This record gives sequence, C-alpha cells and structure tokens, in this order.
Amino acid sequence: MIAKRIIPCLDVKNGRVVKGTNFEGIQDVADPVDMAKYYNGTGADELVFYDITASFEGRALFTDILKRTAAQVFIPLTVGGGIRDVDDFERVLSCGADKVSVNSGAIADPTLIDRAARRYGDQCVVLSMDVKRVNGQFRLFAKGGRVDTGIDALQWAHDGQERGAGELVVNSIDTDGVKQGFDLEMLSAVAERVTIPIIASGGAGKKEDFKTLFEAVPQVDAGLAASIFHRREVPLPALKEYLAGQGIPMRILREE
Amino acid sequence: MIAIIDYGVGNLYSISHSLSFLGIENQVTRDRDQVLRADKLILPGVGAFGDARKKLSEGGMDALVVQKAQAGTPLLGICLGMQLLFQKSYEYGEHQGLSLIPGEVCPLQEDISPALKVPHIGWNGLRFLRPCPLTRYIQEGDSVYYVHSFYAKGAGEAVKAVSEYGVQVPGLVQRGNVFGAQFHPEKSGPVGLKILKAFGEVEGAC
Repeated sequence: MIAKRIIPCLDVKNGRVVKGTNFEGIQDVADPVDMAKYYNGTGADELVFYDITASFEGRALFTDILKRTAAQVFIPLTVGGGIRDVDDFERVLSCGADKVSVNSGAIADPTLIDRAARRYGDQCVVLSMDVKRVNGQFRLFAKGGRVDTGIDALQWAHDGQERGAGELVVNSIDTDGVKQGFDLEMLSAVAERVTIPIIASGGAGKKEDFKTLFEAVPQVDAGLAASIFHRREVPLPALKEYLAGQGIPMRILREE
Repeated sequence: MIAIIDYGVGNLYSISHSLSFLGIENQVTRDRDQVLRADKLILPGVGAFGDARKKLSEGGMDALVVQKAQAGTPLLGICLGMQLLFQKSYEYGEHQGLSLIPGEVCPLQEDISPALKVPHIGWNGLRFLRPCPLTRYIQEGDSVYYVHSFYAKGAGEAVKAVSEYGVQVPGLVQRGNVFGAQFHPEKSGPVGLKILKAFGEVEGAC
C-alpha cells in the first residue's frame, strides 16, 4: 500500500534555513545541508527547499547548497522560489532537484506550467498555491502570500492540473504558523476539484494534527511543515511512528 | 565501470551521485566506445515511452545496449528505462521495446480503481516473489519511491518483487543479466542505495 508522505520544508535565505510565522518575523535555524542530511537519516519522505533569497549572491549560495545536498541525500528533492521561466527549471534541475515548485511565476504566466510539463514531464511540475479566505471565497494569493490576486483558488487548482501540474501544494495562509491544525475545510474543497496528489501545508502544531489531516481528508497524500520539525517540537521519526501506530500507512526506516 | 546511458531523457546525475556515494565507479555517457567498454550499464529514463525509444535509437544506441546485454553485461533499467526492456508499450500508441524481457507496458488507469490516483507517486513496500540478487541487502516490506503511470504486464517469472497499488505492480524484474526497477533506487533512501550496491556486485560476462 502506498504510504502517506511527511515532508519537511527548508526555507533558505542567504545560505541558512529560516522559518517565520505568518510569513513574517523570520528567525534563523540552521545549515541547510546538515538539516537535509539529518532529515534523510531520520525518515523524511521528501524534502522541499524553498529559496526566499532575492539577491544574486543569495541565489548562487542556494544553488551551491542544492548541489551539495543532492550529492549526499537520496530522497526526492523539490525546489521552489523564484521560478519564473523554463530556464529556472533547468537551473535547479541541473543542480540535482527532482521536482520544481512554481507559485507566483505561474500566476504571472500560467503557460509556464504547460511548457514545463511538456519539457520535463508532469511529475516534475509541482504547483504551489497560497490560499486565504476573502469574503467567503478561497482566494489565491501571490508574492509569498502578500498579494490578493482576486483568482478563485479552487478554479486555479483545477486549471493547474489541466495544464499539467503533477502535484499540488496547498498552503493555507489562515492557518499557517498558528499551529492549531491543518485547514481541513480548504483542503477538502481543493480535493473535490483535483485528482493529482495533494500536499497539505500550514497549521501543523502537534502530531495529532497529521492524524486528523489524513483521516479527515483521505485524498491528501502528504503533510508538509517546517518549524515544528526544525525545532523538534514534533520530532519527525516520532511522528511517523505515532502515525503508523494509528493505522496511517507510513514508510518506516529500519534500524541498521 | 558502470556506464549510465545519457540519451537526453531525465535526471541522470542523481543516479551518478548515488553510485559515487557508494564508491562505485560510474560515468554518464553517450559515447559508444565508453558504453562498449563498460562492465555494466544503467538505462535511466523519465517521460514518454515513444519519445524515449526514438531518442535511444539515435546513433544506434538501442542496438548497442541489446548487443551488450545479450553478451552478458549486467544491465539495469530504471523507471522508463525498465519499461524499455519489454517487448511493447501502449503509452500513446503502440511502440516496440528492446524485447530483453517478455511482457508489455500498459496503463495503470485501466486496471485499478478510479479512487487510486495515477500517476502512482510515492513510497510503497516491496513484496518478494522470487529470489533476485538485487534484494540481497534489503528486506521484504522495505519501501521504495515510485513515479509512474504505466506498468509491466505478462512478465511472468521475470517478476521478482511487487508493490500493491490496486494491482501487483512489478517493482523489480530480472531475466538473467538484465534487471529492471520500476521505482527509483537513486531516490529511495538507504533501501535504494542497497539495491544499487547489490547491482554493483552482480557478476557478469562482459
């Protein structure tokens, strides 16, 4: 049986992993390559690197981190942040990424999804979306959750799949950093509109939140989180063992 | 030296990185002489069968791979590279494979419940059906990472290990010195590395 995936997300700025609350108040955590190795060894099913650097120097640091990680970490690596064109796909894929996550770049030009999927295959294109409730509607936000696009998020998810996105990361701005659980209502609404794998993001604060997620929205394939793993408030190996014990299909690493 | 055949499809560097990590000499190459001299071959691949089959035939690389395999050189096909080893594929039309292993490559969608998503993406456990040199360092139930929409049918005795996804998906196949992994060993963590290590130790006539 296929396992539900647990995915730590590493937000990287100027060569360091950071994670803020509600996308603000960024706080430094640790060295990204060390963290990737730690997660690889403790049972992470996949890693997401998100480049939140704006500067040219920062970007060079990021590609170096990616190369060093890909030489030592042998689980799927997804990379996002600043992906605006097919050339950006090439840049991160050539450094060792397996999948590329697009967000604002796809909002600016949705054909980026089609073009990347045609060139690299659907499995390579992850559509990441930041969603927030506005006047009773699930609204798509751009620029790291700062700008309301006015686009209906559910329609956007559906269109993204039609264009060739292979997976969907759904991040709820309303629950992000609040640590009161995933946004089950929003995730259920998205799950009704797509058939591609859904990765839930935003709101996990304790291990029970993952159990609730997978039980309440069975169409969700993976749970993604950052600070709770990085600060070991929810240690990843303990989480996976807990979920396996609760009957959620999990990949458990054997002791060597 | 293991030659990782570069025919213009997919991320070959993760395969190369994992072999290097294991201390196994390898080379990503599209050079015929290098392929001819290699002790072992890895045939990678992502994307669509027809396109990959066409690219592999450029410069006669397909014939060279078949020739080496028939002469006893251990060959490992990964993901689409594994599918290419079969006789035929029904991915967007009908395409001839390399016919090194009997069987056909068919759409998962037609054989599984609509409640199961296609592609089959993620970690799934292996169940061993028959002995295989590639499973010597792993255990039954160990999980490996899959990304695929088509799967091998009719491979019979060549199927060595399967994963459950509505049907028994052949994960590992083998016929003599020709091996195939439907999953990505280079992305399957410590378990995948053990499978590659075992392939590195397979004895072959070259």
